Amino acid sequence: MSTQPIQIQPLSQPVDIGGPATFSPEVEKEIDGHLEKYPVTRSAILPLMFIVQRERGYLDPPGVAYLANRLKLRITDIWEVATFYSMLNTEPVGKFHIQICKTLSCKIMGEPGITEHVCNRLGIKPGETTADGKFTVSLVECLGSCGTAPMFQVNFDYHENLTKEKVDQILDSLT
Amino acid sequence: MFIGAIGCEPLQLARVHLENSRTLDVYRKNDGYEALKKALTSMSPDDVINEVKKSALRGRGGAGFPTGMKWSFVPKDSPKPKYVVCNADESEPGTFKDRYLMELDPHMLIEGMLIAAYALGAKTNYIYTRGEYRYLIEIMDVALDEARAAGLLGNNILGTDFSSEVYTHTGAGAYICGEETALLSSLEGFRGHPRMKPPFPAVSGLYASPTVVNNVETLTAVPDIIKMGGEAYQKLGTEKSGGTKLWSVSGHVNRPGVYELPMGYDDMEKFIMEDCGGMIGGKQLKAVIPGGSSVYIMRADQIIGKDVRMDYEGLVAGGSSVGSGGFIVMDETVDVFESTKNLTEFYKHESCGWCTPCREGTDWLVKVFKRIDAGGGRLEDAQLMLDLCDNIEGKSFCPLGDAAAWPIQSAIKRFPEDFKKHLVESVKEQVVA
Repeated sequence: MSTQPIQIQPLSQPVDIGGPATFSPEVEKEIDGHLEKYPVTRSAILPLMFIVQRERGYLDPPGVAYLANRLKLRITDIWEVATFYSMLNTEPVGKFHIQICKTLSCKIMGEPGITEHVCNRLGIKPGETTADGKFTVSLVECLGSCGTAPMFQVNFDYHENLTKEKVDQILDSLT
Repeated sequence: MFIGAIGCEPLQLARVHLENSRTLDVYRKNDGYEALKKALTSMSPDDVINEVKKSALRGRGGAGFPTGMKWSFVPKDSPKPKYVVCNADESEPGTFKDRYLMELDPHMLIEGMLIAAYALGAKTNYIYTRGEYRYLIEIMDVALDEARAAGLLGNNILGTDFSSEVYTHTGAGAYICGEETALLSSLEGFRGHPRMKPPFPAVSGLYASPTVVNNVETLTAVPDIIKMGGEAYQKLGTEKSGGTKLWSVSGHVNRPGVYELPMGYDDMEKFIMEDCGGMIGGKQLKAVIPGGSSVYIMRADQIIGKDVRMDYEGLVAGGSSVGSGGFIVMDETVDVFESTKNLTEFYKHESCGWCTPCREGTDWLVKVFKRIDAGGGRLEDAQLMLDLCDNIEGKSFCPLGDAAAWPIQSAIKRFPEDFKKHLVESVKEQVVA
């Protein structure tokens, strides 16, 4: 048997994130408004995450630290929730996040052609972001627009009954 | 896209075509909040529950549980606060009715919620809307502000001693949160994992307090039930399925849309071929999923000439179920192997990971589909998929597992030719190689 002492490696090095994020008084007021709705602070976690995401682009470590402080939770509680929901981004996404619905009704009504057209125009594949950081394309599950398929959502805006011409117009208007 | 009633006077869709239908002004000019007034001034909470029981209203989210009975499970003597939570997490593929109810007639939902809150003694209520429907949350917030300013929400509603508040809440992209206990976990600020039942939410729901979770379409039916009386509402439909029902129709029909039909509408063939304008390009009907992606897929020959009645009992007799009322109509060009693979990928993505049969089972199913596609399939793979489904169905923690198994089981049994074609091709590739 070896008598070599076992080397224990630390799991990760502490990272200096420069302290929690800070927000303007208007944003703080908006956050207070959400907290007032619930008898239990933690319930406001999803609305607050969307605000942090809007202000900082994605849920970055300082934003997460802010949420933990504000909601009186641990950092891990925030990550636990953030990694469960598909609309919460823990990595940066483009300024315009094009989320193409790929579920059955859209699939049979022309989604493949729309996806191909969007990807060809932007020169990226689903799951990628353009080099200038402007566009991200994702394939997502049913967005509840089956009667107006095919469709995609750009950030929070629905675009329905898509054709290639309509896609061109929409992409041209996103600046 | 079509939106309107066929075969009955529109109830839930009565105001959607009016100009500015979402404003309080238009709502009140069209009998809006009259039902709330009637309930608060001339009915006891028990009277309200009894009317809803008499109406034979069944939950419109998918499970079809009798609404009045659900309400009656809330313990009256509980010292804890009570909650009414509206499930607006509409995510079932093929379903898009709640969206238009909230967009075009938001006050109907607020009125329905307040009547429910009165019946159950709830002072605080939430509308849990899927995160992607941000624009609907904005519409609801405007409507709630209007109602609050008019004394219809908050303290001493309509000058009575009844006080109750309604708030909007956002989801963040998770199909599982449409399951009521997962929705409550999410509303409490956790991952959207389902909880063990019992205790049912009626006894221990939001913040471990008595809670009723109802779908948007269920709650928006309540004002009409109170206005016309439970019995009259029930008579619009059938004995066991009262009232009218909204059906979302998508896929290869000329006129997709949201259709309000009386429960027990006769019949499904007429509905697809005439009311929905028939098939695009005159193509042949091949398959219909009538209740959102989770129900059994039906062959055209189970519909054509079969007089399938459109209500809870009729669709079960016809070989499927009402579910959430989301029709996905598919013509002869659709390959059911491909459509089933598409839905299986959906369930794999949306399985919350909490229990092993659903988490692993949906993943394995997708892997089997993929290996068949990649030319590595085996002739017994259809049987393997059925075995996997058998190990998910009834063995998962919540109904998502069942919902993942049913489309595959029914597709393999009802469209064996489509599966056989892919299996044979996949195996042939191996022999030739």
